[in-house]
Amino acid sequence: MTPDADLVRRCRDGDASAWAELVERYSRYVYAIVVQGFRLRDHDAEDVFQDVFARAYENLSRLRDGSALRPWLAQLTRNTCVDRLRSAPREELTGQVEPPGLDDTVALLDDALAVRDALAKVSDDCRDILDRFFTRDESYRTIGSALEIPSGTVASRISRCLEYLRQEFLGRNSEVAASGEVQ
Amino acid sequence: MTDDTTIERLARLLRALPPAPRGWVEAAQELPLASRELDEIVARAEADAEFRAALVSDLEVALDQAGFHVEQRLTEVLRRRLSG
Repeated sequence: MTPDADLVRRCRDGDASAWAELVERYSRYVYAIVVQGFRLRDHDAEDVFQDVFARAYENLSRLRDGSALRPWLAQLTRNTCVDRLRSAPREELTGQVEPPGLDDTVALLDDALAVRDALAKVSDDCRDILDRFFTRDESYRTIGSALEIPSGTVASRISRCLEYLRQEFLGRNSEVAASGEVQ
Repeated sequence: MTDDTTIERLARLLRALPPAPRGWVEAAQELPLASRELDEIVARAEADAEFRAALVSDLEVALDQAGFHVEQRLTEVLRRRLSG
């Protein structure tokens, strides 16, 4: 997986494919902060999502350290959500606009993003079945039908793939600890 | 942490990041393309004071009259660039 700093550098050089990769990598994260962290819905959520990436695209040259992309995007998303809530005429907002527990939610999403990094290292088949079951909420039957395997086999395959993912994740965490990277 | 706990936590973390709607992602990925049209508009506004005044007065109408079809999601970006 391309490191964030390289991705940012290529985006700054005008590489549209790098930008597409950056959006792909962080779309779930931004989306989760918007809908889980701030509980924005429908048009508000879509507008904020688009505005976050538009602001990121405009201001990427101001990000001094490309490896700080994740926290920078998180803060940008939080600020954009707050701007949206403050501009909403339907609500009287006083004081704290950010919902309680937001820091914990973002910390959880940071961990979830680390798991997705580990997911990128397991086989395509495992990545597919774990994504279908856990993030797309597909049933055993739907997965079995899509992958042309018996429903009864789906559960055991998910279990096996989770174990592979665990090994990748734990391996990654030991590398992170050894490198001193802060999560 | 036991293996079972790790697996349980992994499952929870996987569930925490569902995909954003595909159309939203694709729209965000097209920003570099859209940005080129915005560059053209801003360059013209810098060279043409009358056009710039029209944009500042009523962005959507001025764009329409000049034959630009800027998506609504990008008009805020353009406003920021014109005021910057």
